[in-house]
Amino acid sequence: MKQANKMKLSLVAGLLLSGISGFAAAADKDAGGISDGAVKIGVLTDMSGLYADLGGRGSVEAAKMAVEDFGGKVLGKPIEVLSADHQNKADIGANIAREWYDRQGVDMITDAMNSAVALATAKLTAEKKRILIANGAGSTKLTNEECTPYTVHYAYDTYAMAKGTAGTVAKQGGKSWYFLTADYAFGQSLQADAAKAVKAAGGEVLGEVKHPLNAADFSSFILQAQASKAKVVGLADAGGDIVNAIKAANEFGLTKDQTLAGLLVMITDVNSLGLPTAQGLLLTEGWYWDLNDETRKFGKRFFEKMKKMPTMVQAGVYSATTTYLKAIQAAGTDNADAVMAEMKKTKINDMFAKNGHVRQDGRMVHDMYLMQVKKPAESKYPWDYYNVKATIPGDEAYQPMSESRCAFAKKS
Amino acid sequence: MKNRMPIVLLVLAVLGCLAPLAGLYPVFLMKGLCFALFACAFNLLIGYTGLLSFGHAAFFGTAGYVAGHFVKVWGWSPELGIILGAATSAGLGWLIGGLAIRRQGIYFAMITLALSQMLYFVCLQVPVTGAEDGMQGIPRGHLFGFIDLSSDLTLYYVVLAIFLAGYGLLQRVVNSPFGQVLKAIRENESRVLSLGYDVDRHKLLAFVLSAGLAGVAGATKTIVLGFETLTDVSWEMSGEVVLMTLVGGMGTLLGPVVGAFVIVSLQNYLADKVGAWVQVIIGSAFVLCVLALRKGIVGTIAARLQPKAINA
Repeated sequence: MKQANKMKLSLVAGLLLSGISGFAAAADKDAGGISDGAVKIGVLTDMSGLYADLGGRGSVEAAKMAVEDFGGKVLGKPIEVLSADHQNKADIGANIAREWYDRQGVDMITDAMNSAVALATAKLTAEKKRILIANGAGSTKLTNEECTPYTVHYAYDTYAMAKGTAGTVAKQGGKSWYFLTADYAFGQSLQADAAKAVKAAGGEVLGEVKHPLNAADFSSFILQAQASKAKVVGLADAGGDIVNAIKAANEFGLTKDQTLAGLLVMITDVNSLGLPTAQGLLLTEGWYWDLNDETRKFGKRFFEKMKKMPTMVQAGVYSATTTYLKAIQAAGTDNADAVMAEMKKTKINDMFAKNGHVRQDGRMVHDMYLMQVKKPAESKYPWDYYNVKATIPGDEAYQPMSESRCAFAKKS
Repeated sequence: MKNRMPIVLLVLAVLGCLAPLAGLYPVFLMKGLCFALFACAFNLLIGYTGLLSFGHAAFFGTAGYVAGHFVKVWGWSPELGIILGAATSAGLGWLIGGLAIRRQGIYFAMITLALSQMLYFVCLQVPVTGAEDGMQGIPRGHLFGFIDLSSDLTLYYVVLAIFLAGYGLLQRVVNSPFGQVLKAIRENESRVLSLGYDVDRHKLLAFVLSAGLAGVAGATKTIVLGFETLTDVSWEMSGEVVLMTLVGGMGTLLGPVVGAFVIVSLQNYLADKVGAWVQVIIGSAFVLCVLALRKGIVGTIAARLQPKAINA
């Protein structure tokens, strides 16, 4: 009995100690900035949840690769990469970001997977006058209602994904559309953006059906989409919903005479669905590893480390980190205002973007690609998933400045 | 036991005042205090009344949204936002509690879960919450119109005062005749009924109190962090508060405070050290507590200190 009690006590002590050591480690102060001896980059991402494959460890690795390729130093000072798992909770994400800024002297945060986390971090970043380069989050609010002079939205946004897919498909002959939409603000805005693009390209929208978030059974929705006889069925949802919708569409034979177009599908979704199920699906990507020699070279290097091909988010983190470091070099300081001004005036040319540029509102404008998922027989090697159907010029893909709802960018 | 009450409160106050001076990060401490108050409020139900509510996130999150909206859009001062948030949660608690207390045990838990899930979907749908993007950019503002809260340290002491007030209130409630009846209900409901007490009214009042205090915690957290998201109304949050209470020790006043700080610090300080392992470690800590420390951290310590005490 006594021994059992002792064991319990030592467990308590262990738990308490682990808490204390956490505090102690976080308490050692060291302010950042080149003036303080280092440039620190924080990769704030989801490592354990739903977006872990899209960003996660791969994003951390990508940032490290960028630092390594840059030589590990900028203006003679070392570059450090920090990372944290925000567990898809905005309060944890914002708390980590706050502590990084206040106590660790982090100069720039990137990835920022999950829109709620990214928006919370964006506010904080502006308050602390540092820089946020969002890659993982898709919300257009980052460069509209909630825009700040310290945010760059890098790899993609939901507007470009929806408009890229819908507008280009409609131009290429997919004129009649039917939408399968997640029944909340995100799905509705995705559908609205896509429907606008379809109409602008001379197409028509035959109807829509809304499904609840995280629906388990898609059969009735798929049957309605089938009955609509629309040429293209647009999927205005994401994550688990889109995967389930595509599976159901496949089982009901919808894909025989209609084409599925995903408004927000990632390569990780295609990977988890597998080519037999996903084949023929149209979607937009901001980057793909098998576009050209440069991207393939990066893809293979990344693959050696992570045993997975990089996603556009991870490639975006690499590119964003490089762009940021180059801007520091050119500006001669890590002062956020100076670096931001430098980033907004320099063209981005690397394996991720050709002639990309950061607009006044923080939107990084670069070409997007309309992809079609290959048939299993066409796929020659692992991760050989897409045929490039069209390149969408950045200025067409992204929301034009004239429609911007970003207050400070409108004034300047 | 009773005469020790003010001492515990005093020790907490002193510890709280000293914590930021010892180099602990004030925003982290504020978040911890908000969750501690939330867990204490929850503990009033599970620990002292024997009611397992599985929908407490509804009160925590609703108050956050209400306070956030009125502070951000209507320009209310933070204390009014918190009061209104808490009042809304108490009202909601009266509605949900009123329905749920008609059933017992697992059915009670399921009713609270179902109603809070309904609220989650309402929050997902209505435009004011910003759905999955969350309600962002809520200003901290000025307390009573003249105390500037933008300094972390000032805000910290305000939050500490709110927490101590909430904790003090709970301490008072638990040790009052009303609290005795609640404990009696936990031990033997039919006996209490036979003694002539109106069990339902006692349960409902406890529920409303708990919901209101959870609301204070949620609204305060929104003011501290400057945003409110769906996480706070999701069922995972309802689960987390159960976890905090169990790890700390349910049915002890101090337990939920310790539990909340253990869980929040695990989530925060492991996030940049072990990456994906955070969830696994939190899970294991929970399993460990259930297996080795049945009474939770505080409950076990209290039992060791005075082996004969029945109620810690």
